[in-house]
Order: sequence, then C-alpha cells, then structure tokens
Amino acid sequence: MKAYWWKVLAIALLAYTIIAGLLIDVPRLPILNETIRALFFHVTMWFGMILMLVVAVYYGIKHLKTGDLAHDDMAVEFTNAAILFGVVGITTGMVWAKFTWGDYWTNDPKLNASAIGLLMYFAYLVLRNSLTDVYQRAKISAVYSIFAFAAFIPLIFILPRLTDSLHPGNGGNPGFNAYDMDSNLRKVFYPAIIGWTLLGAWISTIRVRIRRLERKMEDKLINQ
Amino acid sequence: MWKEIVILVKKEALLEWRQKYAINGILLYVISAVFTAYLSMGAGSGSLQVPVWNALYWIIILFSSVNAVAKSFVQEHQARQLYYYMIASPEAIILSKTIYNTLLTLILALLGYVVFGVVFGNPVADKPLFMLNLLLGAMGFSASLTMVSAIASKAGNNGTLMAILSFPVLIPILLMAIQVSKNAIDGLDREINLEKILTLLAINALVTASAYILFPYLWRS
Repeated sequence: MKAYWWKVLAIALLAYTIIAGLLIDVPRLPILNETIRALFFHVTMWFGMILMLVVAVYYGIKHLKTGDLAHDDMAVEFTNAAILFGVVGITTGMVWAKFTWGDYWTNDPKLNASAIGLLMYFAYLVLRNSLTDVYQRAKISAVYSIFAFAAFIPLIFILPRLTDSLHPGNGGNPGFNAYDMDSNLRKVFYPAIIGWTLLGAWISTIRVRIRRLERKMEDKLINQ
Repeated sequence: MWKEIVILVKKEALLEWRQKYAINGILLYVISAVFTAYLSMGAGSGSLQVPVWNALYWIIILFSSVNAVAKSFVQEHQARQLYYYMIASPEAIILSKTIYNTLLTLILALLGYVVFGVVFGNPVADKPLFMLNLLLGAMGFSASLTMVSAIASKAGNNGTLMAILSFPVLIPILLMAIQVSKNAIDGLDREINLEKILTLLAINALVTASAYILFPYLWRS
C-alpha cells in the first residue's frame, strides 16, 4: 500500500475530474458557455506538461552530477510523458478553438509557444537517436534538455505578456479571473491538475521499469 | 580567465584569417541569399513593405548565422581539441567562442543590412536603435548557436541536427529582435522598446549563463 497509494489517488482524482468535470454547474460566460469544461481537460494538460518537464530537468541535472544512467531513464521518460501531454493539449486546444474562435489555429502567443516547445522536445528525441553510445547519449541529451528548458521558460512566460492572447482571461476576453474563477471550477481544477500529473508520473515510471528490464536482458545476452 | 579568453578569441580570429575560404564563403552566402530573395520577391527598390522587409532580413540573418556558427567545433582536429582541453578551462573556451561568434554574426548582419539597403532600399528611421538591436540579436544568436553547435558536434554534426536543435531555442530571441527592429524601422518612440530590449537582454543573459554552466559537462565527455 505504501508504494502505490499515489496511484490509487491518481485514479480517484481522475474519476472525480471526469465525473464532476462533466456534471457540475459551471458559470455561463459569453463565448465560452459549456466549453469552459475544457479547463479540466485541456488547461490541465499544460500544467502537467510543465511539471513533468521540471521533473525531467531535475533528473537531467542529477544525471550530469552523478553520471548514473538510472537518472537518465527518468529524465527521458518524463520528457516523453510531457511530450504526450503536450500533443494531447494541443489537439484538445485545437478542437476547442474550432468551436470558440472558429479556427483550428490562430496566431495566439500561447499556441505558438506551445508548438515551439514541442518542436524543441521532438528535436531532443532526434538528438538522442543520433547518438549511439549510451553514456554519451545520456550526458549530451541532458545538456540539451536543460538548455532548451532554459530557453523555453522565457518563451511561455514572457512572450504571451507582450502580445495579447485570445485565451480566456487575456487581453480583455471573458475569463476565469475577470469573473473571479468560480469556486466550483476551482474545486475540480486543482484536483484535476494533480490527477493528470500523477497519471503522467505513473506512465513514466512504468516505462522506466520497462527500460530497466530491457537493459538487464541485454546485459544477460551479452554476458552469456 | 580574461587573459585566457582574449588569447582564445585572438586564436579564433587568426585561424579564420588563415583559412579565408570559410569566412568568404559565409559572406558570399549572405549576399547570394539576399539577392535570391530580391529576385524571388520581384520587387523593385522601395516597393517592399516594412514587415516583409523586416521578416525577410531576419530570416536571412538567422540562416546565415546558423551556417556560420555551425562549424565552431568541427573546424579543428580532434587532437587539437584535446590540446585545448589540457591547457584551457572549458568556461574560457565557451566564452571565447561565443564572443568570437558574436563578432562574426554582427559582421554578417551588417553586411546583410548593407546589401539589403542597396537592393531593397533602406527604410530604417531610427538607425542607432536598429544597430543596438542588431548587436543584441547577434549576442543572443551566437550564445545559443555556439552551445548548440557544441552539442551537434558531439553527435556527428550534421546540418539537419544543427537546424532542428537551434531553431526552437532561437525563436524567443528572434521574435524579440524582430519586434524591436520593426519599431526601429518605423522610428517609434524609444520608450516603447525599453521593455522589449530589457527582455532581449534578459534572454541573452539566461542563455549565456546556462551555456556557461552546461558547457563543462559537454567538454568533458
């Protein structure tokens, strides 16, 4: 029970998110209407993605300090999960945008920043595949992932503030802050962030375990 | 440390001077890129709109600086790299390469500016601000590109890798530089640009600092 309590928590929170997220009363805001529920399924993806990237950077730094491949496994799998969340976030966002803004893609700083972020991390995967030596791969990709993260942070936090965004709550659009994000929304929003992030962590840890097993099997084959 | 950096920058310049083909090649690259753009746009001088002028200019600078900086870590032999490894600290190496590449990128940008001015006409109203912006842009470009070229050189240094690794990292710098440059061309009040220039400086500082911290790990492997 000790080791997997957080997995139970993840399931409980996600079940709550899905049930409550679809059923609770939401405030009627112009333009948004019922699509405000995207808050629980789309906006949370970005929070999950950023949190998992932070974890990946943390393990990248740890790898650089110790040279231990176990940390590299964690770093790459958390990045993978973050990329998955990013792709899901962008697709859900595009569907939502089609119905609220009338287009799949608009020239919105948040959209562009997230697309650039994904480009960065796809490049990270290409870089990893181009290196054959495992130790070198781990070290160089850790360096790139930290460097890219350092460039990504100003992108998502500074650039949207310089040009107006179409997103709710930005540039005079009706949003959560303008009407003081309804306490009902908050009750689902925060648990949803935690739940999705835990799900991402769960996916990552399973994949890390697969990686370790594969490595063990490889070692066995080599040492036969 | 500073002495070391000065010597290393001098060494880079000397090396470049000895094999002139590299620098001449990249200068010619800028000129032919501008000329290709000129012919493709089919625009006589003066008929190009300001946003297009601006975007085209920065795109050409972006591509030429990626090409110019890509060779930073491959033009020298493995054995010589090992020699530097023994006599110089990695921090001095990354800083000296960054400074040298800033100069190189600045020369490219200035040359591009002159050629652009000749063929497309020169719409820039606030020239000092435009120059300051060029300098800041060159610093940001070279700081990130030098680091990325060090990474790409470890991975066999193919051009594709260099491009895909560097473009997303460069975009924040490019966007800020393009906006400031647009305002400089229009000759808007300088107050408006203050925030953007500070942001650009902050991004440059962030990129340079992370390159400074991370490069030693790369250099050791």
